[in-house]
Amino acid sequence: MKPNPEQYTATARTAVADPVLQKALAGLQDRFGRGTALAYQQLPEGPDLRHVAHDIRMDAIQHLDSLLDELAGNFRKNGGQVYFAQDAKDAVAYCLKVAQENNVKRVVKGKSMVTEEIRLNDALDDAGIEALETDLGEYIIQLANEGPSHLIAPAVHKSKEDVGRLFTEKLGIDYTDDPPSLTRVARKALREKFLAADMGLSGCNLACAETGHITTVSNEGNIRMASTLPRIHMVFMGMERIAARLQDLDILLRLLCRGAAAQKLGTYVSHISGPASPDNLDGPEQLHLVILDNGRSKMLADPDFREMLCCIRCAACLNVCPVYGKIGGHSYGFAYSGPVGAVVTPLLIGINRAADLCQGETLCGACQNACPVNIDIPRMLLLLRAKLADGDEKWQVSRRSSLEKAAYQFWARIMQNRRTYDLAVDAAQLLQRFLPTNRGMLRFLPPPFNGWTKSRDMQPLAAETFAQWWKANQKGDAHGKR
Amino acid sequence: MKPKATLFIQCIVDSVFPKVGQSMVRVLDRLGVSMNYPSDQTCCGQPAFNSGYRGEARGAAKRFIEIFEDAETIVCPSGSCVSMVRNHYSDLFENDHRWLERARHVAGKTFEFSEFLVDILKVENVGASFEKRVTYHDSCHLMRGIGVSRQPRTLIANVNGVDFVEMHDADRCCGFGGAFSFKYPDISTAMLEDKVRNIEASGAGVVVGCDMGCLMNIQGMLNRKNANIKTMHIAELLDHETQS
Repeated sequence: MKPNPEQYTATARTAVADPVLQKALAGLQDRFGRGTALAYQQLPEGPDLRHVAHDIRMDAIQHLDSLLDELAGNFRKNGGQVYFAQDAKDAVAYCLKVAQENNVKRVVKGKSMVTEEIRLNDALDDAGIEALETDLGEYIIQLANEGPSHLIAPAVHKSKEDVGRLFTEKLGIDYTDDPPSLTRVARKALREKFLAADMGLSGCNLACAETGHITTVSNEGNIRMASTLPRIHMVFMGMERIAARLQDLDILLRLLCRGAAAQKLGTYVSHISGPASPDNLDGPEQLHLVILDNGRSKMLADPDFREMLCCIRCAACLNVCPVYGKIGGHSYGFAYSGPVGAVVTPLLIGINRAADLCQGETLCGACQNACPVNIDIPRMLLLLRAKLADGDEKWQVSRRSSLEKAAYQFWARIMQNRRTYDLAVDAAQLLQRFLPTNRGMLRFLPPPFNGWTKSRDMQPLAAETFAQWWKANQKGDAHGKR
Repeated sequence: MKPKATLFIQCIVDSVFPKVGQSMVRVLDRLGVSMNYPSDQTCCGQPAFNSGYRGEARGAAKRFIEIFEDAETIVCPSGSCVSMVRNHYSDLFENDHRWLERARHVAGKTFEFSEFLVDILKVENVGASFEKRVTYHDSCHLMRGIGVSRQPRTLIANVNGVDFVEMHDADRCCGFGGAFSFKYPDISTAMLEDKVRNIEASGAGVVVGCDMGCLMNIQGMLNRKNANIKTMHIAELLDHETQS
């Protein structure tokens, strides 16, 4: 899927009018949003472990250079191969090189958002290599030729009837919308692919520098199969996904599972430390770790946005965000959706391009409360807006609207003086007399405020301001003391 | 000694909902609070700050600090404006130590109305009466910004005759979000429809809140739908038929 964050408003408009999607999103948030909040309460250490985890993550991010060195050293010591990829193109090229050197024709994939970010499937397809998604949700959207609409539940926008029709069309089965039957069909199709695959690809939920291993979490067991059955396993990780020590990884892993699915622990947690060896016959012949930068160094270099690298992509923020809960993941136009997408996408692909993502939010703060590592997402949304308001050289942002800038400059001048403020209120009072009303409220506002009156009335300005009332009614002395 | 309050009446209450400010004055007056109102105040700067215009917001913030820094205690009928002063003035002056110091000083003595009553005055029952079923909407910046949710509920529950019911998802955003409401009207409306549905399902005849931004949004849709439910700021509720 090509990124299209420019279509935010248009896609969102379609989404809010789609009753099937609305029902699915409400169900998702009701179940996971609430479940996660409860799961934090039930942590043995209490919900404040989120703050401990934030410190652990920030500490790792501040020492990312040495931790990545340590990880790479230990991973190689364990028999694995490490590749540092500068950008998407570099990561894709490495994957294709390894595939071609090893005569790989068929690839099975565990769910990985980083490979969505670098659009690896398209590249494998172009190279004539079959790449099959094996997470059930990813498998469904791959068959439907769509992008994921949630970090953890990529096919949440699809109803069971949608999946029934899709499987009938693409897999040639008789129509059914019975989830167990549909899952059995997918399972059978995927089993054959697992056994025939030459290479398995997976993401990485967390890597541990101290031990040089990577950890994956799934609830379907597909990542375990993709990482053990084929002769080559290639892991893709964003360069920030690292824990310094095993004890840090333990805390983060427990929070990750609670944030993602309100679970104490995912059903299948794999700690993968190396390929098969004479002493350890399990595992693939080759194990590759691709550590991806692709814009993350730039985030690291900016103290304002460094905190975003703490994110462990659990999707807890999506499960509580009232905006995501209405517009769904496709509106965000990139691999990452919801509050995390609203910050990460502008930083990765361009703040001007993704301007609507950081402006089309209410700053309600539910995301931060739900985040297992307590990332202050609203703070960064505000900073992105500041860059759009006035432009920014470092991030190559141009001012989004000179007209809006002028309007706020005008506003600032009015607010600098009580007399001009009162004059503005008087003028607005005069103008509002010409506007149509409904039950005592304004039924129509002129642009740019007309969006309000599409669905709402507006309380008109009062005949007398509070300041006027106070002046007329104060009983105290000349300083206004009562 | 009489408790003192310097009134910070935010622009929207000053110009659109002055009755809310008047109710707050009457409630505080009955509690024996001595009040003053700096008459040259305008706006704390939040609209510009939330839209990214930090230079413009900084001008308003400096003016606010100059006007209010000598006050003993500042009280405002809005969680959102208090959150701006308490949480975000420090963002505006992070590179200016002198102003940062002054901003922090003001932030430390600025309180939201229900927070001031319960936490500072230690008043949980103001002696008001209101014989209706009432529900409460948690405004985002009030609840998640400055951590106030227990105080207004206590005050409402103690109103004589009130039938207080919680709505589903009381703490979920109503879709206001300042400029968001008219810049992204489709998303804002969809969020608001959920909120209005939850209010209606609660069976309440009145929805009470502590922020007129959110209440103006909710009231706007209730009015458009010709619904028979009213919005009410907590100051108006506490000012209702007060027993002497």
